[in-house]
Amino acid sequence: MVRTVSGIGSKRLVVGAHYGLAGFIGQRVTSIVLTLWIFLVGVSMLFGPLSYDTWAALFAPLWMKVVTLIALFSLLYHAWIGMRNIWMDYIQPVWVRLSLETITILWLIACGVWSVQILWRV
Amino acid sequence: MSSFTAEKEPRPKFRNLNFPLLLSYRLPLPGVVSIMHRISGAALFLMLPLLLWLFDLSLMSELSFERLRGITSNFFFKLLLVFLIWGFLHHLVAGIRYLLLDLHVGIDLKSAHAGAIVVYAVSLPLAFIASLKIFGVF
Repeated sequence: MVRTVSGIGSKRLVVGAHYGLAGFIGQRVTSIVLTLWIFLVGVSMLFGPLSYDTWAALFAPLWMKVVTLIALFSLLYHAWIGMRNIWMDYIQPVWVRLSLETITILWLIACGVWSVQILWRV
Repeated sequence: MSSFTAEKEPRPKFRNLNFPLLLSYRLPLPGVVSIMHRISGAALFLMLPLLLWLFDLSLMSELSFERLRGITSNFFFKLLLVFLIWGFLHHLVAGIRYLLLDLHVGIDLKSAHAGAIVVYAVSLPLAFIASLKIFGVF
């Protein structure tokens, strides 16, 4: 094992291999979920004219609400990893970067809560 | 190693780009795809509340659906939508290319360049068709 030092204390290993792997995998997995969702909705909309009734009917079944919510949460996690990378790359002062990262997280959580209401109101 | 030291003109090294260097640096096409992937992603993140609001309007009721129609009939809003859809399509197609690169498909220099061309060959016509649809050509 690489991490022979303990996980806490002043000798804690905070850089190196493994850090970021979860983000890397998460970015790919969520991107596949989003692509599948886009094709699902896109193909569904190819049949018949687009009206409120057909559009609302698409999101009426519970399974579609759940699938769409999974896609939306995937989007939020995807956006978090991407935005974190952008902040890490371009924003050097630690307190500015931490503030932007905090705002990003809270903003995305707010969007997630909102999207639940949007979906379950149909 | 001796063949390398015999090189007359050393290749320019770009360790860290500053602004004047940025203007003279010729970014290869896969690099253009990459930075556009990042810019479009950031733009979509910033526009997320707007997109959620539009999604909300489209689903809430028949009345809000008509209100959405009204909002999207505005010329400047249509223009914004065209840019957002272009950004989304670029992000999607370039993203699929990155997934293929992860699987070591098209990873060598030549096919990476060809892949970058394919990204534009797919995303730009799709964005063009979408903009025609938005502006009511068909």
